[in-house]
Amino acid sequence: MPFVCGVAGIFYPESRSVESDVLRRMTRALTHRGPDEEGFHEEPGLGLGHRRLSIIDLSTGQQPLCNEDGTLWVAFNGEIFNYLELRADLEKRGHHFKTRSDTETLVHLYEEKGLDFVDDLNGQFAIALWDRPRRRLVLARDRVGIRPLFHSTLSDGTVLFGSEMKALLAHGAVLAEIDPVAVGQIASLWVTLPPRTSFKGIQELGPGRMLVFESGRRNERQYWRHRFPGEHEYEERSFDYWKERVRDTLHDAVRLQLRSDVPVATYLSGGLDSSILTALVKRHHINDLITFSVGFADARFDEREFQERMVHHLATDHRQIEVNGDDIGAAFTDVIWYAERPMMRTAPSPLLSLAGLVRQNGVKVVLTGEGADEIFGGYNLFREDKVRRFWARNPDSNWRSALLSRLYGYIQRDPKAEVFWRMFFRNGLENVDDPYYSHRIRWNNTAQMKRLFASDFRAQMQSDEALMSDLDAYLDPGREKWHPLCRAQYLEMVLLMSCYLLNSQGDRVMMGHSVEGRVPFLDHRLIELAATIPPKFKIRLLEEKFILKRAFAEILPPAIANRPKKPYRAPIAACFMPGKDNLGAELMRREALEKTGFANAAAFERLMQKAGPEGNTLSERNEMAVATMASLQLLHHQFVTDFQPSRVRVAARRS
Amino acid sequence: MKTESQIRKEIRQFVVENFLMGDASSMLNDGESFLETGTIDSTGVLEVVTFLEANFGFKVEDRELLPENIDSVNNQVKYVLRKQNAA
Repeated sequence: MPFVCGVAGIFYPESRSVESDVLRRMTRALTHRGPDEEGFHEEPGLGLGHRRLSIIDLSTGQQPLCNEDGTLWVAFNGEIFNYLELRADLEKRGHHFKTRSDTETLVHLYEEKGLDFVDDLNGQFAIALWDRPRRRLVLARDRVGIRPLFHSTLSDGTVLFGSEMKALLAHGAVLAEIDPVAVGQIASLWVTLPPRTSFKGIQELGPGRMLVFESGRRNERQYWRHRFPGEHEYEERSFDYWKERVRDTLHDAVRLQLRSDVPVATYLSGGLDSSILTALVKRHHINDLITFSVGFADARFDEREFQERMVHHLATDHRQIEVNGDDIGAAFTDVIWYAERPMMRTAPSPLLSLAGLVRQNGVKVVLTGEGADEIFGGYNLFREDKVRRFWARNPDSNWRSALLSRLYGYIQRDPKAEVFWRMFFRNGLENVDDPYYSHRIRWNNTAQMKRLFASDFRAQMQSDEALMSDLDAYLDPGREKWHPLCRAQYLEMVLLMSCYLLNSQGDRVMMGHSVEGRVPFLDHRLIELAATIPPKFKIRLLEEKFILKRAFAEILPPAIANRPKKPYRAPIAACFMPGKDNLGAELMRREALEKTGFANAAAFERLMQKAGPEGNTLSERNEMAVATMASLQLLHHQFVTDFQPSRVRVAARRS
Repeated sequence: MKTESQIRKEIRQFVVENFLMGDASSMLNDGESFLETGTIDSTGVLEVVTFLEANFGFKVEDRELLPENIDSVNNQVKYVLRKQNAA
């Protein structure tokens, strides 16, 4: 299997010869994704570059790789988990394999099925495939966007593509220029809507999409999308039936994703999902399993008590790091270098440090519980939506609104202000037909941070109307027929999960240390199964992930199985206070803010004062404003002011 | 005892400084709800209480923590006047 990889390439509209040094420079900007080895394929009109971490199959596993007569070439990043099954099937049809890598499966599958080859893949991938006879370039990305892929078309028609935007910028023709519209989208929706990225002129290939360049045309299509039954069209099946199917499907997803020739470890957060995953792996597959976790010096965010309980229960070989505000602030510079976007959280920082610990322990592949909250209804947002719809049927009911108080126990608040806290959720209560009912409060609240931007930068952002119309256009139609929970799940999956969590808290921070993350809950068979489970089994009354808990109750200690969901969060303003020794803090000083012109510098200075001497007194939305501005400043500094495509990490590493 | 116009001026100034980070141009009308316009979030309410107590020298009782007393400039002005007169 190819493992940790990076892909880069150039495609010319005419059969021009490739500038080898440029292709090499682009590919080498991705060295962190595959530090040990590189491979190139050049022919008139096309250059493919690949970075690889050599682990196994050194003799035959190199990329780019071609078919027997050299007419098809492929470079890809990721995994095809069902490659053994695909291979057996293709061999029956007469295809001959010369390597044992899953990459070769792609070539033969394409020969067999053409562009529909992606439909048969179970995996996480970004693929660049060259079909010479047709002079066709195919770029494809996995269904939910676990692996990244970007592209850019220059004015002469040349197409650049790569796993990260820094590879495209390394070409030299596209200069990083921050797109104010992208920043405005993040300041409301928390994400940019593909194909838009942080940088003007660079596009993201959206999840589940394929882009084909052929005969001077480009054609993009979505080959997979989330689907839910109509609200009243669920299969009449027993709870036990669904439970059994969840169990079987997750078992099989884990089995496939453990296909690897190097040791696989798991992340153990102390929450339900990673506990289930770890228990499954330990009990059925790897007895000497290594697990990893983050501990926070700040007790508000720490979950070590639960992690240790699970470690004790399963007897895994556990390793952890403890991070404090200084560590988070220091690592944030690198987070932005890898993630290439502004973000409203610092939570990716500890995960970058954790990937460093994984690498130090000689582990290269880690399974994580990402995706379970989205597909099984784990987030508070889903329960909030349910309570508000219930409340909306009788807006004067006191006890209906009192249910909200059960949801956000982890946010510190004064019980005296309870009535105001509820009023916050009263906004738009009756608009239950709003397609964005579940997310509207969050988006409106976040958008308040826009007043902290400089007015002329803000003026270049989209109006609310334009933003919502872009959003409507990006999303699938027909959602009004779905159950409200599914509508909310869909938004959460398509936006935050695919456009933020899987990259900024997943691929990018893990690849920063050449660690490959795998996400069994996002096996598309499990996503599709979960979509058909009646909502009442996902959130039972107000109990989240009910079916998942019941399906795996017997392998978890009760303290974990019955534990209320706690979101993964990290301190923000405390990391960037004046005097903190990190680049983010430096760039948040008034002169630095005035220099870039993104912020209303006076307003930010006031906000940082409001954070108090310890930097811990800001409200959630103000914390998010600080993270957004610090990350925007870091993005600008590292990509616009001082771009060094082959730079290495700057922050001191803990050892 | 502060006059109504003095009270109004101080409350408006507090909102501009503390919630709008000095941006007077986005100050809302005196009758508009802070919560509905998103000017303050739920934690902001406690900052309002702290301000009222420090600035006007009375204690906000728990039972007075109501939108009618807190959730707009006008409501706060009326509330402060009532408290002053009762003292």
